Amino acid sequence: MKFRNDVLALDDVDLRILGVLQEDARRTYTDIGKHLGMAHSTIYDRIKRLEKYGVIRKYTTIVDPEKAGAKRIVALMTVYTDPKDSETVAEKLCKAPEVLEVYTSISEELLVMAKVVAEDQERLHAFIANSVAPLSGVLRIRTSVITKKFKETSFSIFNGLTKSTLKKQTRNIGERKKNER
Amino acid sequence: MNVETNSKILTTLTREKAFYFFTSIGNYTGMNALSLKEFVEKIGEVSVKSLEFHLCRGDFEKWVSDVLQDNDLASEMRKLQKLNLTGDDLRSQLSLVASRRLRNPTV
Repeated sequence: MKFRNDVLALDDVDLRILGVLQEDARRTYTDIGKHLGMAHSTIYDRIKRLEKYGVIRKYTTIVDPEKAGAKRIVALMTVYTDPKDSETVAEKLCKAPEVLEVYTSISEELLVMAKVVAEDQERLHAFIANSVAPLSGVLRIRTSVITKKFKETSFSIFNGLTKSTLKKQTRNIGERKKNER
Repeated sequence: MNVETNSKILTTLTREKAFYFFTSIGNYTGMNALSLKEFVEKIGEVSVKSLEFHLCRGDFEKWVSDVLQDNDLASEMRKLQKLNLTGDDLRSQLSLVASRRLRNPTV
């Protein structure tokens, strides 16, 4: 088992398996094996290892809120905080069911950014006014309600990779298959 | 007007009960008032946009009524809302009404 800085070192086979699973997590070991030209037992071992070391965190279902009949508004909230309180603010936001994602960042000031969901604008405002503004260390808040979504995707193992790196990985697996023969 | 109401007007509130000034939905100015005294001070400092935002929503009236439990002042706020005041006229009238209440908490 290879680790780099306490991170499981993934080879090109792992990356290809993750790529396939991220497209469709319901594919069987046999199906993935056929797709990648490998034995299903190899795929099974690899996936179990990725699960064991937390690379694969869970298999979930992505629900389309509109098709599910759940009308919601989503907003991006930037909370400017006192530096000594930013972690606490972020942790408290994490506990709110209205908050989907929380990040911290340093620009000119210390920021906590959060994606927030509410039934309507009034409930969004009530949440921010009653539950966020009163938090100790909150200096001011800027909120933008999302009006149109152009892209939304979860993290993919291939995000951020250039086309040449992707080609290289594809080539590697092709060569590996040749050598195995 | 009872003694309990007087004490609410003059008391310092917890952060949860404070009035938080916003300029629009979810946009907090960073200014808040922990008492009626602070509220009067902040009316003079906060942007007119914030005052207009809260007045048309009835937020001042609601806070004064629910938190300070002062129905007389809430009624005055409601009258201001009906006047459709804007800009510095709104600021001065709001300040006048609130500071008058602060000076005469038992009237």
